[in-house]
Amino acid sequence: MTGWPILSIVTFLPLVGALFILLVRGTPEAVARNARAVALWTSLATFGAALVLWFDFDRAEAGFQFVERASWLPEWGIAYHMGIDGISMPFILLSALLIPICVLASWESVEHRVREYMIAFLVMETMMIGAFAALDLVLFYMFFEGTLIPMFLIIGVWGGARRVYSAFKFFLYTLTGSVLMLLAILFMYFEAGTSDIPRLMAHGFDPRWQTWLWLAFFASFAVKVPMWPVHTWLPDAHVEAPTAGSVLLAGVLLKFGGYGFLRFSVPMFPDASAFFTPMIYVLSIVAVIYTSLVALAQEDMKKLIAYSSVAHMAYVTIGIFALNTQAVQGALVQMLSHGVVSAALFLCVGVVYDRVHSREIARYGGLVERMPAYAAVFMLFTLASVGLPGTSGFVGEFLVLLGAFKANTWVGALAATGMILGAAYMLWLYRRVIFGKLVKDDLRHIRDLSKREIAVFAPLVAITLWMGIYPASFTRVMDASVAQLIANYDAALARKGAKVAGE
Amino acid sequence: MTVYVLCIFLPLIGAIVAGFFGRAIGDRASQIVTCGCMIGSAVLAVPIFIEVALGGGVRTIELFPWFVSGDFTAAWALKFDTLSAVMVLTVSVVASAIHVYSVGYMAHDKSIPRFMAYLNLFTFFMLVLVTAANFMQLFFGWEGVGLVSYLLIGFWYDRSSACAAAIKAFLVNRVGDFGFALGIIGVFWLFGSVDFDTVFAAAPAMAGKEFVALGLSTDALTFVCMLLFVGAMGKSAQIVLHTWLPDAMEGPTPVSALIHAATMVTAGVFMVCRLSPMFEYAPSALALVAIVGATTAFFAATIGMVQNDIKRVIAYSTCSQLGYMFFAAGVSAYPAAIFHLMTHAYFKALLFLGAGSVIHAMSNEQDMRKMGGIWRKIPITYAVMWIGSLALAGIPFFAGFYSKDMILESAWGAHTAQGQYAFWLGIVAAILTAFYSWRLLFLTFHGRPRADRRTMEHVHESPPIMIVPLVFLAVGAIFAGWLGYDRFVGEHMGEFWRGAILILPGNAALENAHHSPRWVQVLPIAVALAGIAGAYVAYMQRPDLPGIIAARLRPLYLFVLNKWYFDELYDRIFVRPAHALGRGFWKAGDGEIIDGVGPDGLAAATLDLSRRAVRLQSGYLYHYAFAMLIGVVALITWYLYGRS
Repeated sequence: MTGWPILSIVTFLPLVGALFILLVRGTPEAVARNARAVALWTSLATFGAALVLWFDFDRAEAGFQFVERASWLPEWGIAYHMGIDGISMPFILLSALLIPICVLASWESVEHRVREYMIAFLVMETMMIGAFAALDLVLFYMFFEGTLIPMFLIIGVWGGARRVYSAFKFFLYTLTGSVLMLLAILFMYFEAGTSDIPRLMAHGFDPRWQTWLWLAFFASFAVKVPMWPVHTWLPDAHVEAPTAGSVLLAGVLLKFGGYGFLRFSVPMFPDASAFFTPMIYVLSIVAVIYTSLVALAQEDMKKLIAYSSVAHMAYVTIGIFALNTQAVQGALVQMLSHGVVSAALFLCVGVVYDRVHSREIARYGGLVERMPAYAAVFMLFTLASVGLPGTSGFVGEFLVLLGAFKANTWVGALAATGMILGAAYMLWLYRRVIFGKLVKDDLRHIRDLSKREIAVFAPLVAITLWMGIYPASFTRVMDASVAQLIANYDAALARKGAKVAGE
Repeated sequence: MTVYVLCIFLPLIGAIVAGFFGRAIGDRASQIVTCGCMIGSAVLAVPIFIEVALGGGVRTIELFPWFVSGDFTAAWALKFDTLSAVMVLTVSVVASAIHVYSVGYMAHDKSIPRFMAYLNLFTFFMLVLVTAANFMQLFFGWEGVGLVSYLLIGFWYDRSSACAAAIKAFLVNRVGDFGFALGIIGVFWLFGSVDFDTVFAAAPAMAGKEFVALGLSTDALTFVCMLLFVGAMGKSAQIVLHTWLPDAMEGPTPVSALIHAATMVTAGVFMVCRLSPMFEYAPSALALVAIVGATTAFFAATIGMVQNDIKRVIAYSTCSQLGYMFFAAGVSAYPAAIFHLMTHAYFKALLFLGAGSVIHAMSNEQDMRKMGGIWRKIPITYAVMWIGSLALAGIPFFAGFYSKDMILESAWGAHTAQGQYAFWLGIVAAILTAFYSWRLLFLTFHGRPRADRRTMEHVHESPPIMIVPLVFLAVGAIFAGWLGYDRFVGEHMGEFWRGAILILPGNAALENAHHSPRWVQVLPIAVALAGIAGAYVAYMQRPDLPGIIAARLRPLYLFVLNKWYFDELYDRIFVRPAHALGRGFWKAGDGEIIDGVGPDGLAAATLDLSRRAVRLQSGYLYHYAFAMLIGVVALITWYLYGRS
């Protein structure tokens, strides 16, 4: 490891880029052009720096790496404490990967307030990476909540017609969740006397309090995932968000939920986690079946994919709380895969939206005639979403099912119905958009993917296949940290069991 | 080693070249590349067959790891033993013939490179499937062939019937794969591994063990085998999960021949045989296999009797023949099942390609009611259709005779209830098979021409590029049985299979088959001849007879004509409820209950307030965002100072 504070560089580099963009002066066209260029190069540089994390990461080490610590609010014992382990590192790469893709995808489609738009995305990047890297609860909370503001603006300013309604819904849900989590954080701070995450993990909260703390965190994370029945903000937010906004929403923001469960709920409140596991199973299975069926009835492409996200993220929650190696690794792979695949699917919608300005499924049909490259790309991501072996979707889904079956056969069997339902709504979508006769007049001259669009999709295609054919390179990163997480959890439950037996 | 890897991966290379660069290099070059790769693979399969199956050079080639998650591991690997060598040879040879035929058959299509790329890709997945060394890779190939089948059924994507059939095929297969996936998970749960060798070695110790799954205590191995068999039922179109196969005929005819007759649909049979070391210890699962197979053999044959579309007749015949293979496996006569799989690949591909040649000659007409009287005009097609039908009906010395007789004799030789069930249903199905095969021949080629004048003037023999593969397959349909008999199921069986298939000493069906009484040996031939005679009477001598019978037995006729009403039933109980539920959950569940009670109800007041605020102020979202931030800060402050 070098002496560089690499984690802080990755986190704050985008902010530097944002500052640069603020300083850009000139005609509106020049500003827009420069803002785009600065945003692209900054985000690419950030991704380059993030790759250092990937290559220098010690895969045998279970604890936190690249740790940085600086005093911040010493009188309260709150520090600037950053570090990553095998659970958070892949998410930082995912975030760093998606931002340049977002910038590139918005290259032509965003025309007004380009400067603000690019700043919003770069700020967003800092907040996302910061949240995954923070090792202090207060710091985490700031980054975590910080993501809401740029997202808010992205939906609110560059969004569609019903953006006010969506923004309110988003606001109401996330704020309720966050306030409860904030209360819990404050309680933990006063109870344990620290906001340091590793120390809180080792603290061992009283089981009586765990239940309440777990529920407070659950309120925030369940909304983020989103779990049934607090999922209804997601379709609306997606529909109104611009393409790149949807990409980040589906690609990264939803992952905060799963990440939060793994980073806080399970290690800090193991007894409560065990207690609430059946509830998680029930909600998740309802989500798999219910939202898959709802997806089948959708007429709006983005809504359909949004509902499919709820179903796919339900696998994540099942995997996390099944708490064995395959299930947790499966949940992590599923999150990464969903981050890439659903982002790509929203980009696919964006491609035709940019050309036809409609998200209505019935508005399309027979696109393969004019857009063979687009049809091929869309097909690949449809298959990945369906979980075809050889794509990333299969790896996550199968590992989760394997682990869930081990934990509870019914959960495994019921969750597996998602295999069938998922294929139904995705193929039905594909059939209506891509196949069929090309009869709509304005579709007769629709252009296939441009070079820029191919550049947007190429890395996502590569990762989807890489993760599907050689997932070992991802699971190896997670191995040590996941093993430790499970060992600690089992030990905590065993302690409690011993205590009960001793009483 | 290179030969082995190349044999499997050549078609993938062809698929990539034709798929991605097909437009650039053109139709002709795409055809040359894909056919070249395919024939190359078939040529390489010969030394592999000699080395592995005849020479005993069993081997597993590990490529690189796939899954590594805790104790769950699976590698990309190629396993070559007699079973996979037989499959590799059959698949690559039949596929080569069909590739070449496609060059002629698809000559006027506008997306030739795409078609050829799909065919190559399919063969690659199929070869990966049969050489899998673990369950995961088997599943990979399994879903892969399913995918290409979906793509090829929907190849003419502007026809809505083709799109519907494609989705149906994928979904019905997914239902099967749901069972398959759970079965694999069950295998891992029981054995702690998904590697064939490890699992097979541990299977005997697992026999009779119980475990608790889905709240029930069941025989572990039986439970797992049954789940896996659900996958086989889906892929091999066995009753209950068969509905997709007839519809799959929407695809181009070479596809029907390759995927929906000769190779992919036999994957289920292959799977059961591959897993014989597990199924042998799960007698109840085997009984289920036998019963499902026999029922399908009979059920599909009844429907085949009344179909009018030439391809659908052959499709139901495929379904029925797969049933034969399954009940052979179900009575532990796995070698007979694989033997029939191999011979069937030749004669069924031949029948389909022959039908394609007829369709080609009849200007894309598929309805046999509009054919007739063309045998003199297309003599070679006529001859090969006869050969294919003779082989299918099991007339002596054609390929099907050896394998089908063996299956029926084995069913009898099992001396079990399900064996008897399979034997008698198999005999009935044999009559029906012969009947509908000759019904097809007579309706298509003989009698008075029923096509219009223009079509009739157009009737012509197919070009050499289609005829050569037909003749090649015809040779296979004549000699494959005779050539393979000794090694597959005869004297040299033991040294040929060499442990690739396990048959427990108690399950001596195949052994008993060799000592079956005369009448058991003669009966299948007799009923086949009777079926042919029946068809001759009904369609040549008394063409009015079928109509009279259909009128007399109208309810029964309608029941069979409507394919036992499976499609209607599924539409009622699955498809429509799923859509209705989805809509209901969406509008009522999400819309009225969750949003109505939750955010909208709560927000109503807020919104009302904010609307005024919006009117008063600029209404920009910045303000709300800012307000939220202030709120957060205020809360923190209150807590920090209020508590300390």
